[in-house]
Amino acid sequence: MINLLAQTGTAPGEFLDGLKGVGAGLGYGLAAIGPGIGIGLVVGNAIQAMARQPEAAGMVRTTMFLGIAFTEALALIGFVVFILIKFA
Amino acid sequence: MSAQIAGSAWSELGETPHVERDIVFDMIKRAVWVGPILVGIGTAIWGWKGGASTAFAMLIVVVNFLIAGLALGWAARTSPAMLLGVSLFGYLVRLGLITAGVLLVKDQAWVKLVPLGLALIVTHLGLLFWELRFVSASLAFPGLRPKPSRSASVS
Repeated sequence: MINLLAQTGTAPGEFLDGLKGVGAGLGYGLAAIGPGIGIGLVVGNAIQAMARQPEAAGMVRTTMFLGIAFTEALALIGFVVFILIKFA
Repeated sequence: MSAQIAGSAWSELGETPHVERDIVFDMIKRAVWVGPILVGIGTAIWGWKGGASTAFAMLIVVVNFLIAGLALGWAARTSPAMLLGVSLFGYLVRLGLITAGVLLVKDQAWVKLVPLGLALIVTHLGLLFWELRFVSASLAFPGLRPKPSRSASVS
């Protein structure tokens, strides 16, 4: 690998920086997929619950909102890992 | 037929309380209480830059909750499709806003990334767990705060 880098004129440090950027970007992207699926599930089931039982809509929406916020925390953790890997 | 039933049922949801707005305003009130403590901890550990970064992270979290609460509250009273769309695209947009906000200030002299990141996670999860403690105690009620029952107030 080092020979290959020497042939292409890329310093090992730059190569490692590039790998770090790829890793950080992949980590953030992958960390955002799960919450996207999770929010879809939470809201889908909340809509179903509200359609079945409209009188419980307030309770369902309360739970739904907190569920969405908790699911988003996963993406936020992924984002923090991204900025720490990439910029710190 | 089922769509008509769902539509008529959905129209009744307009009368439900503004639970998202109540939750968010509750969390903002708590953030105002906890804010100085967190900023003080950040300042004690990382200096004034840590305190400023912690304050900025708290601002991001509060604005994020505020946008989410108002948008979801509006969408929930509009239609099921709007609720699904706003929740998913709102998630994407708010994630982008958080990213843009942090990337804009990351090179500023007053920013330290470690306290900023830690404060983002701690504030977000802390406010949510605090709220969850209260909501789980009143989940049987459609709104957030259970009204004191007459028998409890008499005794």
